[in-house]
Amino acid sequence: MHIMEGFLPSPWWELWFVVSLPLIILGLHRLKEISDMRRDAIPLLAVAGAFIFVLSSLKLPSVTGSCSHPTGTGLAAILFGPVVTPVLCLIVLLYQALFLAHGGITTLGANLFSMGIAGPMVGYSVYRLGCRVGANTYMTVFLAAALADVGTYLVTSAQLALAFPAAEGGVIASLAVFGGIFALTQVPLAVIEGIVVALIFKYIISLRADILVKLDVLTKGRADALREAAE
Amino acid sequence: MRFRLELIAFSAVALLALILFIQNAAVGIRNEGEEAWGGTDTAAASIIEGSGYTPWFEPLWEPPSGEIETLLFTLQAAAGSVVIGYFFGYYRGKKGA
Repeated sequence: MHIMEGFLPSPWWELWFVVSLPLIILGLHRLKEISDMRRDAIPLLAVAGAFIFVLSSLKLPSVTGSCSHPTGTGLAAILFGPVVTPVLCLIVLLYQALFLAHGGITTLGANLFSMGIAGPMVGYSVYRLGCRVGANTYMTVFLAAALADVGTYLVTSAQLALAFPAAEGGVIASLAVFGGIFALTQVPLAVIEGIVVALIFKYIISLRADILVKLDVLTKGRADALREAAE
Repeated sequence: MRFRLELIAFSAVALLALILFIQNAAVGIRNEGEEAWGGTDTAAASIIEGSGYTPWFEPLWEPPSGEIETLLFTLQAAAGSVVIGYFFGYYRGKKGA
């Protein structure tokens, strides 16, 4: 996925940098708070970042006859919220832009917005909503991760549609074209990603449910019930 | 059931693989001349270039070959896997001690 180097004309690429920058600054600030006050959560932070690394390197074939990769941002969004996640994404996006010519430096702002900000915000909102209505935790995690993935690609489609409106039908027609390429391919991959994240979540619960309680991801009672069920 | 989630994950991957296996033949015929199973980003790029747009900036560095690109993608996945495995093992070992 990722919008390729040089594929966003001015003023769009500048615009997405301006939109993404405040969240990165906020995220760095929050990251410092975690490293000062929540030292026991740092390994989990590394796992969440590494998870994005792994999943976004896997270009998987999908049913539409083309390949795309999952984002892996759902886990970080659920564990650490949508403010920290963009910083983790920035590392991955820089690596891929510099060493793989995948994505780009000029399109970094736009890609950061879709993968690091918009998608995780969707995932985080879905997770919080699911917790509030008392839905099954694993189902909620699955939905949050899958929708974060699809959300990212919908935003990428919208970014391209805004920059390249079709000659006939304008932005809407263009959105349909890009959405057809990105979002449709992404749905089966998002389902797989959701299941994998739910699985990882189960392992974290069985090992360190206490950190999840400290990070306000789960309530104490819920964490205990889930840990008992996992053992 | 203890391994229900694991079972669901395995079945989902197997199902997708099965669909892809069946579909592979059809995709090969449809995309004659073109590379089947290409990336979605390439597909989007060719639509944009088809409308007469030329990218205004080139990547600073590109992997010299497909093999080296694969190597770098694999390194990315391997580095991530090491970190995940290390900390899960660390937690697991601590819990058992």
